[in-house]
Amino acid sequence: MTSLPLLSHAARDSIIAWCAEGTVTLHQFLAEVHQLAARFPAGSHLLNMCCDRYHFSVGLAAAIVANKISLLPSTHTPEIVRQINIFAPDVFCLTDNEACTVDLPQMRYPDMAVSPTDTYAIPQIDSKQCIAIVFTSGSTGTPQPHPKTWDALVSSVQAEALRLGLLPNSHSTIIGTVPPQHMYGFESTVLMAWLSGNALSHAQPFYPADIGQTLSAIAAPRVLVSSPFHLRALLDAGLVLPEIAQVVCATAPLSKPLAHAIEARCHAPLMEIYGSTETGLIATRHPTQTAEWQLLPGVELIKDDNGVRAYGAHIMGSITMGDIIEPISEEHFLLHGRIADMVNIAGKRHSLASLNHLLNSIPGVVDGAFYMPKESEEDRITRMAAFVVAPGMEASYLLAALREHIDPVFLPRPLQFVDALPRNHTGKLPQSALQALMQAQKLA
Amino acid sequence: MQENPNSIPSNSPELQREVAALMVECLNLEISADQIIPDAPLYGEGLGLDSIDVLEVALVVSKRYGLQLRSDSADNRHIFSSLHSLSDYIAAKRTR
Repeated sequence: MTSLPLLSHAARDSIIAWCAEGTVTLHQFLAEVHQLAARFPAGSHLLNMCCDRYHFSVGLAAAIVANKISLLPSTHTPEIVRQINIFAPDVFCLTDNEACTVDLPQMRYPDMAVSPTDTYAIPQIDSKQCIAIVFTSGSTGTPQPHPKTWDALVSSVQAEALRLGLLPNSHSTIIGTVPPQHMYGFESTVLMAWLSGNALSHAQPFYPADIGQTLSAIAAPRVLVSSPFHLRALLDAGLVLPEIAQVVCATAPLSKPLAHAIEARCHAPLMEIYGSTETGLIATRHPTQTAEWQLLPGVELIKDDNGVRAYGAHIMGSITMGDIIEPISEEHFLLHGRIADMVNIAGKRHSLASLNHLLNSIPGVVDGAFYMPKESEEDRITRMAAFVVAPGMEASYLLAALREHIDPVFLPRPLQFVDALPRNHTGKLPQSALQALMQAQKLA
Repeated sequence: MQENPNSIPSNSPELQREVAALMVECLNLEISADQIIPDAPLYGEGLGLDSIDVLEVALVVSKRYGLQLRSDSADNRHIFSSLHSLSDYIAAKRTR
């Protein structure tokens, strides 16, 4: 059995996190990890809902040490939680929020006291241990599991840190505006801090002023890991920001003007990363310099009838990507938007076919279709529309039914009740007909 | 943060109506401003806003009233729990 260390920090007093109370050393972190692991209930799966990124990281490390698997669904609606519970009947929910409403046995994140005399070695993790199972929405509405082994995660995240130029043990701190419960934040805010021997900020800043304050409270060098949505808001707020060493962005490609504006405001290089829940990170790009994405070492693309598949390096098997990819050399490709069935709103992906299936399975819905309008303004978030035939049904009833199943970003706006959908004689619903319906609705 | 000068009206039905109108315009909501119930939740089952909407509204509110919204806790939903609480926050922090 080969094993790989949980962390790359060099010394007992290396800083592993910045919290509201100050810095956390490697020693304190490991002590808390062992205490938490000892308090875990028997179940071998957990849903780590901790809002505080440091709590999340302790929960994740404790789970790894205790050989439990962290489950990372794409959203936490009641129906998805029920399905996660069916997938793993022994699952429990680790939470640091008193108001957590997840309907699973809950374990509150405890207050822990650390003795300065205890010593802990950095745990060595079996490279084939399954650390996490990440779920995609699936085309039938049932979450699809994607297991992640420790060696695959280590390989992907180390390649990312190398590509971003994040030097090992460089006293850098990663500040994330994206949650650690999704693949991007999981890899790029938590694992990247661990595996590069650097620190993470406990915070989950939301408003632009929160981001500014979180940055200011932390010593340089600072690495901001964010999304086009948060970065646009940060720019728009016009705040004075402290020195930033690097900005990392993912979830949707940035427009070139926004990329330039971010670099100018932050006085720092902006790197974009590209990947998916299934593959993890596969490529990076410096968007002010080039439109081309560069694959991570060992990752290869292959074109077939169904699109483009990625394989090699940390990727298990080969995975068909949900975006239109044009390979231009062995190492480089261009992105041309998403494939027709895949919707991406603020980094959350869903199959259009499964949204339509769900809509039509609501009792009382005779016919219905979601429609994704063409994104009008770059770097702004476009919402879906839905057209529904459901005589006598209230919009609030339908929305509540959808809310049980899907993340709120996919709830239709507008939701339009119609007498019939413009299906053609073969029963198909052409995009052009839906577009015309959308136009008519706008003019009405 | 500058405190509320006396010349600026504090929270009032007028301010609530103004904020409601800003939200409707900013988010292209399919309702009119006076249909937003002051104490009803803006999130989830209420008006149905999500965090994307909240950040959009926060930007508009920041510019209009000369303030920066801040999470007072890990739960950024507090300010946006209702039209009433958002207006209270604006009334307390506005500089114009």
